[in-house]
Amino acid sequence: MNEKTTKDNIIDLASELRWQIGDNFHDKLTESIYTDAAEIASHAIENNSAPRNYPLDSRIDKIVTSRTWGFPIMIGILGVILWLTIEGANYPSGMLFTLLIEIFYPFLKGVSSQIGLAWWLDGILIDGIYMAAAWVIAVMLPPMAIFFPLFTLLEDFGYLPRVAFNMDAMFKKTGAHGKQALTMSMGWGCNAAGVIATRIIDSPRERLIAIITNNFSLCNGRWPTQILIATIFIGAIVPSSMSGLLASASVISIALLGVGFMFLTSWALTKTVLKGEVSTFTLELPPYRPPRFWQTVYTSIIDRTLIVLWRAIIFAAPAGALIWIVANVHIGDLTIANQLISSLNPFGLFLGLNGVILLAYIIAIPANEIVIPTILMLSVANLGIAGMGGGDGVMFELDSAMETGNILIAGGWTLLTGINLMLFSLLHNPCSTTIYTIYQETKSWQWTTLASILPVIMGFVVTFLVTQIWHLFS
Amino acid sequence: MATTDPAACNDCAFHNTEGLKKLGVNTTNVDYVVALAGNPNTGKSTVFNALTGLRQHTGNWPGKTVVRAEGGYSYNEKKYKLIDLPGTYSLLSTSQDEEVARNFILFGRPDVTVIVVDAGRLERNLNLVLQVLEITDKAVLCLNLMDEAARHNVSINQRTLARDLGIPVVGTTARSQIGIPELLKTIDDVASGQIICQPHKVENLSKSIEHSVSKLSESLARQFPGLPNSRWVAFRLLEGDERITEALMNNELAQLAVL
Repeated sequence: MNEKTTKDNIIDLASELRWQIGDNFHDKLTESIYTDAAEIASHAIENNSAPRNYPLDSRIDKIVTSRTWGFPIMIGILGVILWLTIEGANYPSGMLFTLLIEIFYPFLKGVSSQIGLAWWLDGILIDGIYMAAAWVIAVMLPPMAIFFPLFTLLEDFGYLPRVAFNMDAMFKKTGAHGKQALTMSMGWGCNAAGVIATRIIDSPRERLIAIITNNFSLCNGRWPTQILIATIFIGAIVPSSMSGLLASASVISIALLGVGFMFLTSWALTKTVLKGEVSTFTLELPPYRPPRFWQTVYTSIIDRTLIVLWRAIIFAAPAGALIWIVANVHIGDLTIANQLISSLNPFGLFLGLNGVILLAYIIAIPANEIVIPTILMLSVANLGIAGMGGGDGVMFELDSAMETGNILIAGGWTLLTGINLMLFSLLHNPCSTTIYTIYQETKSWQWTTLASILPVIMGFVVTFLVTQIWHLFS
Repeated sequence: MATTDPAACNDCAFHNTEGLKKLGVNTTNVDYVVALAGNPNTGKSTVFNALTGLRQHTGNWPGKTVVRAEGGYSYNEKKYKLIDLPGTYSLLSTSQDEEVARNFILFGRPDVTVIVVDAGRLERNLNLVLQVLEITDKAVLCLNLMDEAARHNVSINQRTLARDLGIPVVGTTARSQIGIPELLKTIDDVASGQIICQPHKVENLSKSIEHSVSKLSESLARQFPGLPNSRWVAFRLLEGDERITEALMNNELAQLAVL
């Protein structure tokens, strides 16, 4: 009993003293340690006045983390990567499309009719599952195979910690943790990975902010959607020589808009439900290392591209079957798809989207990767275009992008729909894997629900506002 | 910088490589437990691999490793267990990786803590060193990456550094095994008590903090006589560290004082 009281006394004394010192004890202690370290180091380092020889690293750092050039360089690098992706994906995408959909699809249909497959089985297997998988591969593989190796090279070079360094001040201003810049960068690969990466953030408050706002980093599954829609709708409004540039610029704008929303949400959270002090941390800028080129390309294709593609196919295949079923099972005169789409359509149009997009986002909750293929399949099915995919054109070549665009335009799409889809692709619920990861990391249904619902609500608000403004000026 | 020519040192009493047996993961019945702490990217795992003969994979991204690796070696008939702690920049916050490192140094009570630092970035690395020295008295500073430091024109007076820090300092280039024999010998000396460390404690505290810290650590020392790091515990309590508060309440701290 007596001993216990003494322990309680110590705790009481500690909180009393803490009160006296004020709440910046952590910073002051850190400062003292730094002062000591500097003193000891200055004693021990003998040739302190001799010129240090960190020539290249510090010269690069001076430029890429400078106030003037830091952000333009960041945007420039991202721009070059996206431009290379958009331009470079044209040709292989076209080849894949020809191979998988113009050659192999009719071949499968032929085989199926020869062996006398039942019409519904033929439909589910070939028009549903095969078509969804083929579409995912043709649409996603080429941009991913270019984008991921480039991004990984940048990561291995040591650039990402510099991004964190550049953005640290902004994070501090919003009341969030500077390391959130790192988890945000991880989120550009995969939001689930980004959420796990928030473990490096010390304070639970700041960690929650990082978890909730990670979804504003465009992920693997969403870059291809952005790139494709930008190519079809935004690239098409200028001459073809400029379209790649404009499309890249619009994708960058969306990515930066995401960063903006992340800051806004972080700030709003720190002002409302997650108030508190910002904690300090040390961020070391690791030495630049020339990446081992071929090894990086190889591992990023194996580790990232194929894994993401495989995940997309796994989710796309059943989704394809589901789409075929809802598009072919009639209730009354209309198919289930028709009914769902027309019931979602008023709300969709109200937001400047449409019923197909909303239905696609419901079907695609398991994986963002399949949104575009789902939209295309639903559009085709809903419009009753015969021979799904046959002669629909090649996605990334401008002529045929116009044909793909034609499917969408026949479905009532406009430039506004394209822009809104890009916005909604940025601002909607995380995929189911990420939602599950958020629950795993927070162990709280409340935060998980908030993290899932908040972006959708923001998406609805933003697309609605954009639509109103658009109608005002046109 | 003394051992740029390893061949000349082979006869030296320090150079007792025959005394070293790399034991890999075999860590049963050990005599001493040695913890390896340090910032990320200082070659900590290279030192670990050089001593144990294991091939620990290392990552370049802070926070990738939240677990610790173990290995063993025997030196002069004594068996050592070596724990490679996650690389951290500090022990002041409560992220998971830092907690693993800090809890092991505090509650695991290693016989020796080897702090691996990048010789070319001494000042930055010393922040962690000073924090470790607040927790434990038995430590060795491993000044690694000496070759890179030399390339960058940095030369360090190890004697001054050892005097200021109050712990032995060994310069190494673990990648090429330079300095490893000296490191082994020094670890052995600290573990067996032949070298007694008198580590530096953080000085430049403001008056109000110094006052609070000494008041709190005095009452801690009264409650737990023999607690080796009452000052550090006082730091943590002042910051409201839940894990340490818990350790205080559930007698974990009392046990540390008894040992």
